[in-house]
Amino acid sequence: MADQERFVDDAMEYMPSLYTAAMRMTRNSSDAEDLVQETYLKAFRAYGGFQEGTNLKAWLYRILTNTFINTYRAKKRRPEEADVEDVEDLYLYHRLVGYGGSELGRSAEDEALSRFTDEAVKAAIESLPESFRMTVLLADVEGFSYKEIAEIMDVPVGTVMSRLHRGRGALQKALHDFGLERGLVEAQPL
Amino acid sequence: MTEEGRTAPPSGAWGAVDCEESIHHLYHFLDGELTEDRRRELQAHLDGCAPCVEKYEFEAELRRVIADRCKDHVPDELRRRVANAINHERLTNES
Repeated sequence: MADQERFVDDAMEYMPSLYTAAMRMTRNSSDAEDLVQETYLKAFRAYGGFQEGTNLKAWLYRILTNTFINTYRAKKRRPEEADVEDVEDLYLYHRLVGYGGSELGRSAEDEALSRFTDEAVKAAIESLPESFRMTVLLADVEGFSYKEIAEIMDVPVGTVMSRLHRGRGALQKALHDFGLERGLVEAQPL
Repeated sequence: MTEEGRTAPPSGAWGAVDCEESIHHLYHFLDGELTEDRRRELQAHLDGCAPCVEKYEFEAELRRVIADRCKDHVPDELRRRVANAINHERLTNES
């Protein structure tokens, strides 16, 4: 059992990452702020039932995810799986570096990636369907394990893995498309 | 892949893992989701395969770029709002 008196000390440090997730999920700051506040209030009320020594950050994310689904998510018309295009492995590598491997060298590759601005990365993430977006955020931005993500999102580990695989592919394509559109990267003959 | 394809000696094979398998497991490796044995097999492949290492490093760098560039700064006003809401909740409970 966790002491509610200690909630503020324990939980507030996670606000930057929860706020980032809320921004990507709601795509606007007003809803993101409401979502974070709602998450903290629910967490405070439920804190007595939180098992101390378990993963507080994952627990907060679980509340945020459920609150988002119940409050902000548009009614699902059809399975989102249909909304994600399958792309080849190493989509971005093949387009920035090529199929034959690099003649550029490591620093030139890093330089190519560094052209993707904050705006490009955020837009690419936000273009993913919600369940894929959340899965990719939890893995690639927050570094949760597959098992933790499965618990946060209440889906089997196999679902996490397939959403990650397809979501990362779609994210690479979205980044590349955005980069081309804004002239951040050049189209390479494949 | 056909059965025939599997039995043929794969090009670029190092140890028990070939390049196709190494790329297939790239993200499981970066995610730290492989068993110790599997991780060691892949590492043995990577130790001898510069093209795969280049791809692994590219994907790892891409992930760093994504993680670094999608962050938002928490507005001070939100910190105040949350602190106030929790205080209010606490006082309501006490009364």
